[in-house]
Amino acid sequence: MSIVYYPGCSAAGTSSDYEKSTQAVCDALGMSFTPLPDWNCCGSTPAHATSTELSAALSVRNLDIAAKMGAEKVATPCPSCLSNLRLAKKRMEKPEFRARVDELLDEASSAELPQTYSVMQLIYEKYGSEFVAHRVQRPLKGLKVACYYGCLMSRPADIMADFGHPENPQVMESLLRACGAEVVEFPLKTECCGASHGIPERQLTANLSGKILETAQNMGIDALVAACPLCQMNLDLRQKQAGKAMGKEFALPVFYYTQMMGMAFGIKLSALGLNKLVVSPEPVLKKWQAALKEGVCE
Amino acid sequence: MRIGVFICHCGSNIGGTVDCAKVAALAATFPDVVYATDPMYTCAEPGQAAIEEAIKNYQLDGVVVASCSPRMHEPTFRRTVERAGLNRYMFEMANIREHVSWIGKDIEANTNKAAELVKMAVAKLRNNKALHAASFDVNKKVLVIGGGVAGIQAALDCAEGGIPVVLVEREATIGGKMAKLDKTFPTVDCSACILGPKMVDVAQSPNITTYAYSEIESISGYVGNFTVTIRKKTTYVDWSKCTGCGACTEKCPSKKTPDAFNEVTGLTTAITIAFPQAIPKKAVINAQHCKKLLTGKCGVCAKTCPTGAINYEMKDELVTETVGAIVAATGYDLVDWTQYEQYGGGRYPDVITSLQYERLLSASGPTGGHIVRPSDGKEPKNVVFIQCVGSRDRSIGRPYCSGFCCMYTAKQAVLTKDHMPDSQSYVFYMDIRANGKLYDEFQRRAVEEYGTEYIRGRVSKIYPDGKGHLIVKGADTLLGQAVEVEADLVVLAVGVEAAKGAARLAEKLRISYDSYGFFMESHVKLKPVETNTAGVYLAGVCQGVKDIPASVAQGSAAAAKVLSLFSKDKLQSDPQISQVDIKRCIACGKCVQTCPFGAIELFDFRGQQKARVIETVCQGCGLCTATCPQGAIQLAHFTDNQILAEVDALCQC
Ligand SMILES: Cc1cc2nc3c(=O)[nH]c(=O)nc-3n(C[C@H](O)[C@H](O)[C@H](O)COP(=O)(O)OP(=O)(O)OC[C@H]3O[C@@H](n4cnc5c(N)ncnc54)[C@H](O)[C@@H]3O)c2cc1C
Ligand code: SF4
Ligand code: SF4
Repeated sequence: MSIVYYPGCSAAGTSSDYEKSTQAVCDALGMSFTPLPDWNCCGSTPAHATSTELSAALSVRNLDIAAKMGAEKVATPCPSCLSNLRLAKKRMEKPEFRARVDELLDEASSAELPQTYSVMQLIYEKYGSEFVAHRVQRPLKGLKVACYYGCLMSRPADIMADFGHPENPQVMESLLRACGAEVVEFPLKTECCGASHGIPERQLTANLSGKILETAQNMGIDALVAACPLCQMNLDLRQKQAGKAMGKEFALPVFYYTQMMGMAFGIKLSALGLNKLVVSPEPVLKKWQAALKEGVCE
Repeated sequence: MRIGVFICHCGSNIGGTVDCAKVAALAATFPDVVYATDPMYTCAEPGQAAIEEAIKNYQLDGVVVASCSPRMHEPTFRRTVERAGLNRYMFEMANIREHVSWIGKDIEANTNKAAELVKMAVAKLRNNKALHAASFDVNKKVLVIGGGVAGIQAALDCAEGGIPVVLVEREATIGGKMAKLDKTFPTVDCSACILGPKMVDVAQSPNITTYAYSEIESISGYVGNFTVTIRKKTTYVDWSKCTGCGACTEKCPSKKTPDAFNEVTGLTTAITIAFPQAIPKKAVINAQHCKKLLTGKCGVCAKTCPTGAINYEMKDELVTETVGAIVAATGYDLVDWTQYEQYGGGRYPDVITSLQYERLLSASGPTGGHIVRPSDGKEPKNVVFIQCVGSRDRSIGRPYCSGFCCMYTAKQAVLTKDHMPDSQSYVFYMDIRANGKLYDEFQRRAVEEYGTEYIRGRVSKIYPDGKGHLIVKGADTLLGQAVEVEADLVVLAVGVEAAKGAARLAEKLRISYDSYGFFMESHVKLKPVETNTAGVYLAGVCQGVKDIPASVAQGSAAAAKVLSLFSKDKLQSDPQISQVDIKRCIACGKCVQTCPFGAIELFDFRGQQKARVIETVCQGCGLCTATCPQGAIQLAHFTDNQILAEVDALCQC
């Protein structure tokens, strides 16, 4: 039994496009996951803002099911789930903490819990950019993009130590370069978008996401590429709010990296959920298709 | 044997948790002890006088003092017993302060342990023998390693005292970091103007031989008689012919060589003279950029040089010098700040180091003293300084304060306003450390007279906004809010670490260094200039961060140590060294291999190979005694019999 897949709640709702494209890309690469049966929410921000034990209990329940299935690793597309699952595993190393969590779970959890990885890290480590490049059928020619990881994908540094420099990860860049895109170094790639403050403190999220969008737009890119359901939502769905906060008008499509990879792999666009993007991806697709055509003429 | 025992109270340091009177009473019952007492302060003048009295009154031929660490007062008490006519090795010390009273609170247990330690000391003393030091000549010549301001000061003071000095500097010119600075706090006087004359004095002093562009290859010997091999690195210029006219540097076509002296803020030629006031003022070819050395084609400098000094065939040269003392003054280097990815990791041209900024400020720098942005050559308006980059940061393993960056940042802010009255400087700081003479006043002036905006907090990110500015994002922890400053230029006050290769040099010098590579002094408070290797002294930042006044002071202090060492014509060797019992020696040679100092050699004794110890080289470490399978080597004052007597005494307790 190898890798168990934990989709996270957003996958079943707001980020069904991320989920769809992730599955499509993994299929295309030949990466197979076993679905995690009877999974539950990792607790997200509300749980850990309320109680560390409660948050851990929710995460550990998932890890425990995976452990009992004999999973070596757990994969998740969502950085927030990733962070909660990893932190929970780490905290469970302390016996007193484990005891409190087991009490909440009404039973003793498995002694050895599997480690969680982002789907992105697994793709990168298992296949590497060379293999990905090999798999490309319709390179992302003529597209200038910037990668945005959000603040959680590479942090906290000590629990994400296997993901490169916490302030300047390079995994997504390598993958997209392998797909043929021109990737600019985005200095705000790990800055916070405002995350779940979008609900209680809309202005704060608008300001933070606005800074990210403004800098990205100044760099003259065609699209921003995200890896987190919540970041994508703040930058895409709330792009107008962010624009208002900055006194600017933004029109910057925000893709998931899996959508971009799927495009390059020649997967049908309808299988990538592009129709769910709020800021229209049309200009990007047109530019790309034009560039591809030009290539054919050459 | 008649032994006297003194159990010191050390005020309440020992007396507080050890029943000293009881230990003295117990000691009186130990074999050969004829007198035991418990003075309040044994090391004080009356305490020492009491020991001398007792030696006379009770005809003692050995003394035990139970008090502090022997590193503190063993030399003191050895002199005391000597004054009363005993051999200085007929003395033993038991450490009942650091090893007993300071580490335990239980009076009864402490008292018992103190008594045991005293019993061991008595047992050892009963096996002691008088030892006599041999004396040897001192080579009254000193080696100074590193020609920064600290090394220069040490060299000049020694030379002034009539001592020949060998000064070894790894760069092409002496001067160190100070030569690169524009002005200096707190008086804002020109660095070159105050350092230049000292450098000239070095060049003109008949007592100083300078080896620039040279490094230490190896060091052997001991205090008074060191032998040093110096590697003169290849300059491709015969310095005995070079007049420093600079004709070659004007003609060299390889004009894109990074200028190391200018901290790569500018370009220079492949053949260079570091700067106009360089000492020695000699040219050096940078082999990585010389067309002739890389491709075989060019040779312009050889054709240009009026004295025919260029020699493309030149090789490193080794020279040997003998000296009696060594001053290490190798200074520091800056931490590699490019590990801070959040500051761009070195990718943004307008994020520079403080030392680079000094070169931009300097009239002899690459821009003639005009402050311009490296990216576009334009004058910046908003300059942001960030302190503690690579200092006080556990996350990169640099927990210490670099000491002088708070002050030079204030200086740089002041100079920025002087150079560009329309500019605005911002300083992000953790807290201000301005504890020198006139320092706080100076830093206040930067705020009050020069309008520098000080923002208390760390910077979390620097990023280009895509429109030609850098956004510096951080926390203002006084206002409790996030701040962003739009900067044209960002200057990082990069922290200090030991000079590159310091650890390797320390190993050659056989001195200790801390986990950051700074050389360890003999005692943090009381022996800040000495090392634990006799005859090796420290000056400047190589020992720990310090500014120019403190570096100069330590340079002079090191010179004073050398001069006082050289005030004697002969030095006494330590008799606590190994001796080979040739009757037992089977010449297996194990000791020869083990000795880290090369102090044992095999020799021919009436047709048989035997080992012998070279007395002046042996440091008394005792490794060989533990190695010898025959038990043929004994370390004087720590013989097997002496140590076993201690063990026996302990086992009987
Ligand atoms: C940006 C900046 C501004 C500053 N401004 C001021 C100021 O205004 N006022 C002030 O008081 N202080 C200032 N300082 C501090 C000042 O630079 C130091 O206090 C001073 O330079 C220390 O002198 P030093 O001789 O110990 O070390 P260094 O100046 O580092 O000299 C050491 C010398 O040893 C040489 N060396 C190193 N290793 C070897 C080796 N293995 N063999 C041979 N030679 C070797 C080096 O090449 C160098 O020449 C500033 C520092 C910085 C970074
Ligand atoms: S001197 Fe000031 S700037 Fe330098 S490390 Fe210490 S506190 Fe930080
Ligand atoms: S005690 Fe022995 S090993 Fe140590 S220095 Fe002397 S001879 Fe060498």
